[in-house]
Amino acid sequence: MMNIISSQLFLTLVSAIFITAITGYLGTLMLSKKMSIVADPLSHLTLPGAALAIIYGYSLFLGVFPFVILGTILIWLVEKRTKLPMENVAAIIFAIAVSSALLILPIDKAEEILIGNITNISTLETLITIILSLIVFFVIQKIYLKMMLINVYEDLAVIEGVNISLYNLLYLLSIAIVLGLGVYLVGGFITAALIAIPAASAKNLSKNLFSYKLLSIVFGVISAVAGIFLARLIHLPTGPMVIAASVILFSISVIFQRKTF
Amino acid sequence: MNNLLKVRNLNVTLEGEKVIENLSFQVKQGEILTILGPNGSGKSVLLRTLLGFLPYQGKIVWQKKPKIGYLPQGLTQLKVKDYPLTVMDFFALKNPSPEHKEIVKFLHLVGLGEEVLRKVTGSLSGGQFQRLLIAWVLISHPKVIFFDEPTAGVDIGGGETIYSLLHTIWKEEKLTIILVTHDLSVVYKYSDNVLCLTRKGHLCFGPPKDILNQKMLEKIYGTEIKVYEHHI
Repeated sequence: MMNIISSQLFLTLVSAIFITAITGYLGTLMLSKKMSIVADPLSHLTLPGAALAIIYGYSLFLGVFPFVILGTILIWLVEKRTKLPMENVAAIIFAIAVSSALLILPIDKAEEILIGNITNISTLETLITIILSLIVFFVIQKIYLKMMLINVYEDLAVIEGVNISLYNLLYLLSIAIVLGLGVYLVGGFITAALIAIPAASAKNLSKNLFSYKLLSIVFGVISAVAGIFLARLIHLPTGPMVIAASVILFSISVIFQRKTF
Repeated sequence: MNNLLKVRNLNVTLEGEKVIENLSFQVKQGEILTILGPNGSGKSVLLRTLLGFLPYQGKIVWQKKPKIGYLPQGLTQLKVKDYPLTVMDFFALKNPSPEHKEIVKFLHLVGLGEEVLRKVTGSLSGGQFQRLLIAWVLISHPKVIFFDEPTAGVDIGGGETIYSLLHTIWKEEKLTIILVTHDLSVVYKYSDNVLCLTRKGHLCFGPPKDILNQKMLEKIYGTEIKVYEHHI
C-alpha cells in the first residue's frame, strides 16, 4: 500500500473514511430527528477551541473536543431546564461560539478552521479518529432504535420505558464527537453537510431502515475517497471537494428517487 | 370486580389555566370507560395525566400498576412518513423488539397479512396504519390500554371496524380500556361507563344508558344533538 500511495495520503484516506462513515451513520438519525440543521450551529462550537489550538500551535483535537463536548452538555442542560426548542438553544450557543472565535482568531490563520486540515493529519490523530469513530459507532448502534422511537413519538418511548434524558445526552455527545472529527475533514463551517447530505441521498433510495443506514455510510465514504483524489488532481482544497462529491451523489439519488415517499 | 384505578379531586393546571378541576371517578378491572366531550375539554390532557406525563394535584391511585399500552391521538402516518421504516422496522422500535412469529400473530389478530411486513409504514392506508398501531400496542401484552381517538384519520366505515376489532380483543385479552372518542354510537354500544367533560368542568360519570340523555348531551356539546341509540 505504502509503495503506491504516500503514507500521508494513506493517513488522510483512512481518517476521512472513518469520519465520513460515522457522520453518514449518525446523519440518518439526525435527518430523521430534523436535527441536521442543528448540526451546523453545533459544529461552530468547535471554532473557539480550534482558534485557540491554532494560536498556541497544538493539535486541533485538544482545542476542538473540550469546547464541543462542554458546549453540547450546556445545550442539553439549557434545553432540559428551559424546554426551549433545540434549534433556539443551538442558535444562542452558535452566536457565542462564532463571535468569540472571531474575536481571538487572526484571520490570516483561519484557513484550517474554514476548510479543514485532513491532508496534514498525523498518525496519532488518525489513531484517535479511528478509536473515537468506533466508540461513537457502538454508542449509536446501542441507542439507534430507541432514538428513532423518540423521533417518531416521544410519549410512546416513555411508555416503552426509554430514559429520554439519558438517551438525549448520549445522542448529543455522539453528535459532539462526530462534529469534532468532521472539523478535520471539512472545517468548522460546513460540517453539517457531512451529516445531512449522505443521509438525504440514502433516504431518497431506501425502502427500509437497514438500506437507509448502509447507503448513508457508503455514500459518505465514496464522497470522501472521491473528494480526496479529485482535490489532488485539480489542486483544490480537500474538504470542499468532499462536499462537492457528496452533492453529486445526492443529485444522482434525486434522479433515481423512490416514489413511495 | 375490583377498582383498578381511583381518581380523587384531580386538578391539572397547564400554563396557568385550569384544564381539569376536582375530578373524581374510578375504573374497574375489565371495564371500558369512555371519556366524552367537545374539543378543548381536556380529554387528552386527562389521558396524559393518568399516564404520568403531566403534573397534577389530587390523587391517582392504581390498585397495582398494570402494564400500560397507549395509542396517542397525534400518531398518524404523517409522523412516520419521513422515515424509511418498514412495518418490520416499526416493530423493532419496541422495547424489547418482538420476534417475527409474534409480530405475524398480532398482525393477523388485527386483520393484516404477513405481506405488510415489508411495506413502508408511510405507504399504508389510514385504516391499515391504525390496525398496525393497535397490533404494536397489543404485542407487549398490556393489561390497560389508553386509546385517544383511535379512529381519527380513518375513513367513515373504517372507524366502525376498528371499534368492533377493539371490542373483540378486549373480550379475548380481558383488557381494561380507557377510550377518548367523539363517536356517540361507540359509547352506547361498547362502554360500561362514560365520563363527560366540558370546557367548564366535568358533568357526569356513570353507565351511558343511565346518564346520557338528550339533555345531558346538549349540555356537553352546547348545541342541539340527536341521539341515535344503538342496540346490541
